Amino acid sequence: MKKNPTTVAFQGTAEQEEILLSVIEKYRGVKGSMMPILQEAQEIYGYLPIEVQKIIADNTGVSLAEIYGIVSFYSQFMLNPKGEVSISVCLGTACYVKGSQDVLDKIKEKIGVETGGTSPDGKYSLDATRCVGACGLAPVVIINNDVYGRVKADEIDTIMTKY
Amino acid sequence: MDNVNIKINGREYQVPKTSTILEAARMANIHIPTLCYLKDINAIGACRLCLVEVKGARGMVTSCVTMVNEGMEVYTNTSDILAARKINLELVLSNHNKQCLSCIRSTSCELQKLCNDYGVDEDYFTSNETETKKDESSVSIIRDNSKCILCRRCVAACGNVQGIGVIGANDRGYDTHIGSAFEMDLADTSCVNCGQCIVACPVGALYEKDDTQEVFDALADPQKHVAICTAPSVRATLGECFGYEPGTEVEGKMVAALKRLGFDGVYNMNFTADLTIVEEANEFVERLTNGGKLPLITSCSPGWVKYCEHYFPEFTDNLSTCKSPQQMFGAIYKTYYAQKNGLDPKDIVFVSAIPCTAKKFEVTREDQSAAGIPDVDIAITTRELGRMIDKAGIDFKSLADEDFDAPFMEGSGAGEIFGATGGVMEAALRTAAETVLGKPLERVDFEDVRGTAGIKRATYKLGDIEVRVAIASGLANAKRLLTRIREGKEHYDLIEIMACPGGCINGGGQPTQPASVRNTVNLREKRADVLYSADSKNVIRKSHENSAVKMLYDKFLEKPGSKKAHETLHTKYIKRGL
Amino acid sequence: MKTISDIIEIKNITKNNISLGGRQKTRVVVGMATCGIAAGAQSILTAINDELKKAKLLDTVTVTQTGCIGICQYEPIVEIYDNDGRRTTYVNMTADKAKRISSEHIKDGKIVSEYTIGAANGENVTSLNDTEFMKKQKRVALRNCGIIDPEKIDEYIAMDGYQALHKVISGMEPAELIQFILDSGLRGRGGAGFPTGLKWRFAAASVSDKKYVCCNADEGDPGAFMDRSILEGDPHAVIEAMAIAGYAIGADEGYIYVRAEYPTAISRLTIAIEQAKSYGLLGKGILGTDFNFDITLRLGAGAFVCGEETALLTSIEGKRGEPRLRPPFPAVKGLFGKPTILNNVETYANITPIIVNGVEWFKSMGTEKSKGTKVFALGGKITNTGLVEIPMGTTLREVVEEIGGGIPEGKKFKAAQTGGPSGGCIPASLIDTPIEYDTLVAIGSMMGSGGLIVMDEDNCMVDIARFFLDFTVDESCGKCTPCRIGTRRLLEILDKIIEGNGELKDIDKLQELCNYISRASLCGLGQTAPNPVLSTIRYFNDEYIAHITEKRCPSGVCKNLLRYIIIEDKCTGCSACARVCPADAISGEIRKKYVIDPAKCIKCGACMEKCRFGAIIKR
Ligand SMILES: Cc1cc2nc3c(=O)[nH]c(=O)nc-3n(C[C@H](O)[C@H](O)[C@H](O)COP(=O)(O)O)c2cc1C
Ligand code: SF4
Ligand code: SF4
Ligand code: SF4
Ligand code: SF4
Ligand code: SF4
Ligand code: SF4
Ligand code: SF4
Ligand code: SF4
Ligand code: FES
Ligand code: FES
Ligand code: FES
Repeated sequence: MKKNPTTVAFQGTAEQEEILLSVIEKYRGVKGSMMPILQEAQEIYGYLPIEVQKIIADNTGVSLAEIYGIVSFYSQFMLNPKGEVSISVCLGTACYVKGSQDVLDKIKEKIGVETGGTSPDGKYSLDATRCVGACGLAPVVIINNDVYGRVKADEIDTIMTKY
Repeated sequence: MDNVNIKINGREYQVPKTSTILEAARMANIHIPTLCYLKDINAIGACRLCLVEVKGARGMVTSCVTMVNEGMEVYTNTSDILAARKINLELVLSNHNKQCLSCIRSTSCELQKLCNDYGVDEDYFTSNETETKKDESSVSIIRDNSKCILCRRCVAACGNVQGIGVIGANDRGYDTHIGSAFEMDLADTSCVNCGQCIVACPVGALYEKDDTQEVFDALADPQKHVAICTAPSVRATLGECFGYEPGTEVEGKMVAALKRLGFDGVYNMNFTADLTIVEEANEFVERLTNGGKLPLITSCSPGWVKYCEHYFPEFTDNLSTCKSPQQMFGAIYKTYYAQKNGLDPKDIVFVSAIPCTAKKFEVTREDQSAAGIPDVDIAITTRELGRMIDKAGIDFKSLADEDFDAPFMEGSGAGEIFGATGGVMEAALRTAAETVLGKPLERVDFEDVRGTAGIKRATYKLGDIEVRVAIASGLANAKRLLTRIREGKEHYDLIEIMACPGGCINGGGQPTQPASVRNTVNLREKRADVLYSADSKNVIRKSHENSAVKMLYDKFLEKPGSKKAHETLHTKYIKRGL
Repeated sequence: MKTISDIIEIKNITKNNISLGGRQKTRVVVGMATCGIAAGAQSILTAINDELKKAKLLDTVTVTQTGCIGICQYEPIVEIYDNDGRRTTYVNMTADKAKRISSEHIKDGKIVSEYTIGAANGENVTSLNDTEFMKKQKRVALRNCGIIDPEKIDEYIAMDGYQALHKVISGMEPAELIQFILDSGLRGRGGAGFPTGLKWRFAAASVSDKKYVCCNADEGDPGAFMDRSILEGDPHAVIEAMAIAGYAIGADEGYIYVRAEYPTAISRLTIAIEQAKSYGLLGKGILGTDFNFDITLRLGAGAFVCGEETALLTSIEGKRGEPRLRPPFPAVKGLFGKPTILNNVETYANITPIIVNGVEWFKSMGTEKSKGTKVFALGGKITNTGLVEIPMGTTLREVVEEIGGGIPEGKKFKAAQTGGPSGGCIPASLIDTPIEYDTLVAIGSMMGSGGLIVMDEDNCMVDIARFFLDFTVDESCGKCTPCRIGTRRLLEILDKIIEGNGELKDIDKLQELCNYISRASLCGLGQTAPNPVLSTIRYFNDEYIAHITEKRCPSGVCKNLLRYIIIEDKCTGCSACARVCPADAISGEIRKKYVIDPAKCIKCGACMEKCRFGAIIKR
């Protein structure tokens, strides 16, 4: 799994920073709190650019390299913001054997974005996820927070008109 | 110590019950190959090369971290194990830039030796090599990840031994690689150039920026006056480059080789080590008696100085303003020596041979230009010096001993021990004590400050003044000590800090030794012994008694701490932050 | 802070509300686990509530959400328990259908038979309980799922919840408790089947000022959702069991490490922990004893390897989730360096029933070496997808053909995959294998956490092996050489075969490398990663050979080995295919025959879709 360092300009606000600092404060003295801090930071900013990781490094005493090592290890930590419309296609076993690869290929073709990428205009981002636990509905596609079950490749056009 | 009975390859042995299988096998004169394990530094079981079979165990057993137990039966060389090691190496090679011919570690590379031993087929698992970018941003350290085998010894050295952690594992799975945060250039991080990562690395993925060509070029230029001085610990380690046992002193051969390389002057840096001590002891006594900022902390280790500037900026005012011996030498050479010999400083190329990669950074520091140009032009490590001698075709081992050139040939025993942890402290105490007491010391040995411990503490009475001293080597130890001082839990008057664990004899520019040696030989101790025995044999054992030092004060510097001395030999620090 | 008599009172009051007899009210439950919600259950719940409000029936009817009902492919599901005890299962609900059952069934008591489960699956039944799907099942871990409202602690208490905890902390010595669990024969449900009592005993024997109890709710196996369903349907079952485990080993703190991809499970767990705290069932001095126990929730961040026990602990410590060496085992040196036990969600879900019903009861289910039941997430090419809980020893055939209802569209069963990326494929010839820990290992698969994916003739086994390897390569932590590099090389060899460039010696190389990786890797991920390859080579070698020597994919899956061909006799020369082909691979003249140039064809399949005459086939 390779992560590409942040490519967009940082637009964090003083307000966001204040919230982040209070999160770090909340976890002061709590053992093993780096993961929840990063998770909450990602909620605040939508992703974890260097500026955010620096704030965390400066205020926790953990080295920036270590934090980056953690962030680049876990697939849910983002170094780049997601698109307005974030699409994920389940490639878990149940979905795969029912043809979710075709669905993914179709979406790629439609929005012109590779898996793990975001369209240049920032509108779409596409991910392949592993099992969201709705295997009974396989193949599953999640767009923003809407879950679509039993999706067929030829239904993609219709589904995408909503976004 | 309690022993247990074990069998290795069918023979019975008694080994201490606290040993690992790897150590037990070593005691039985069996080498089990390792790549990731490094004694006291890294034990993460990642490379899987040291696997052995243990009767009754499920699967193969990681010998580098598994303890022996009573009745254990170990097999280190079954055909399964040998085959597994071969596949392991072939897998490593399938994603390795196999350009051994030009690789800096060829012939001293742990991977290369193993591949040779195991007769691997380097193309058995063909694949495209992962693309990597060579990081050449740093003035001292180059990272070539195409050679990296992800043993993480460097990560442990930087993070655990030095407590710095500017490098780590990034990404995951097949894409895992060692790098800085956000893949930043090393030069843009708070790396202190100590080079401990380099000497930990088993392969050619980390090495010093090679400046030898510049030296050869200078030597070939008839317009240039090219001088070199060698640091105290280089003579204790250079022999390792030519196959001598660690702990062999080769000062005479080293000087002979340098003369054959064509330097216009070959000098002893022990001389400026003494000069540093005289200035520093003076500074210490000044601060001690006039209520200056204490503790005074030594500043001769550029790895430590940069660390202080990044990580403990509040202590920069405690640093001695003395330049390091290397810089003092260049400064004296380009001022006093140039004047005296009618040389234009601009025509001088001053080279230092040092155990240290951080000194490559030090030569670029501002406010280190007594003659208006940088004090030192090129700093080359022990390893580079070894390569220069090789390249020039000099048969090092058969050289007859020669002496350093006048007027900077003399060094005291105090200057000698500069290269080991506690040495600067002892040297400073010898001089400071006599300054304070105003009469010669009966005993010059300060044994409490010797030894390879990471942090040492002692208290001495100089007349009626009690002096509390502490010594730390290895920056993680420095961090521990300074943190306690910052928290007000400990108080000292004089502190010596060396960036490298054990001091310069274990510096980042010293010859690399494979894990098979590092895991079994106490390199620091062996190398340090060279320096202490030279000290004990030296007739002059105090820096201020060095005749060249005395001459220099007479003819040029007037007296310790004079205005002239300050202009030439002292410097300033900056607060860098992270 | 509640006392045990408060708890009993709550139980007696609430009991009336739930399925157990003697209820005064009709109870309507809507399946609102993740897949129910995904299928639109929220709007069904709203519709029913609105209707009943309009009809002023809310006083006599309880409408509530519940967890996984089990038969996911019929979501959204609504079940009605009339006050005479009759249970009716309505499936594939829509808001309109919900309105109709509200008025006809809930108000007037008439079953709307065309919406019931029987109408959907062709059986002559109206309740899920009576279906073939349920007949062979036995619900222990899932006892409350699909019945109670997981967000109401009182409903859990009504189902005897927290009785076991009381019994244990007020009247059992830790050693006695551990012996009890040991005697039950309970083995870990998270994968390897290690005896739970033994694990507890080791941790209890470690002397330390601090110990931890952890719950593995990472459920990373793609295609498995047992643990999610338990957490979403019955979170207190896990909380109570963790407290019991804490008492057994002498721990006062617990962590649940749950996959971040499970938001519903997380929110229900959060609610449950809060409620348990407010009742004094977690915290200090539980139920008036001097036993303290607290639970913290920690979320994963997308790393399958964090399901491995040492990696999970490392991740809770806030680091890269890389596995550590064992020994020392967690029971000696675990979380934050302290003795720790880690059990799977389903393992915990079995604890309280064992304590309440006794060892003999538990041992009466299952086989000699595998006691009790196991929950499986049944998925893939199978009629009834969903969550099933079967006694150990049930055969694969019973699961596939009876519970699962066979393969849809009359296709042939080819293989079942258990154990996810660590497991193997069981071929049709072994369909009578009883499902228990040791038999599965013997045939090259493993129980794993409970994913059971059925494959039919359309699935290519080489492709399936590749799929799992792709997964492990993606999820390898990258720490050790055999797994980091070895699995990638395996994948490359499989790719080579799938692309039609394989050589026969590649099969040997695959096996050689597989054997090496499984023996030399640092953790279970690498050690088991080769299983899908080894088991497919073992049972479907002919498919590998076909790919290699005939350059043919017998199941027509591997794109590079496919050919699109125009059948001359059927082609009318309409040119539709040529116009749609993105690669200009089709040539011909109008009203004459068209042909595909295989060298140009990129196998997109567009032509075949377009041809109205069925003249294009793929082979
Ligand atoms: C790569 C890997 C992934 C695992 N993932 C899970 C998992 O998602 N859930 C789980 O309960 N156990 C998982 N396990 C098994 C755990 O390591 C551990 O054995 C288990 O949680 C112990 O609990 P049990 O004894 O109750 O089964 C995994 C193991 C490995 C090697
Ligand atoms: S690192 Fe070692 S094996 Fe690799 S190219 Fe250099 S010498 Fe050869
Ligand atoms: S030994 Fe090495 S360098 Fe010499 S000829 Fe052979 S391959 Fe070339
Ligand atoms: S030179 Fe020192 S500080 Fe820099 S990366 Fe290497 S070990 Fe770390
Ligand atoms: S750079 Fe060297 S020491 Fe560091 S991980 Fe790579 S091979 Fe090991
Ligand atoms: S201890 Fe010596 S070798 Fe190490 S950085 Fe300091 S001066 Fe250089
Ligand atoms: S086997 Fe794989 S997942 Fe496990 S430690 Fe090794 S690289 Fe990491
Ligand atoms: S679309 Fe079908 S019928 Fe028409 S030309 Fe193509 S193959 Fe022939
Ligand atoms: S499969 Fe696609 S590329 Fe091939 S002939 Fe048909 S339309 Fe053209
Ligand atoms: S495999 Fe897709 S939701 Fe589980
Ligand atoms: S695993 Fe033992 S030396 Fe690397
Ligand atoms: S019935 Fe929907 S999750 Fe199981």
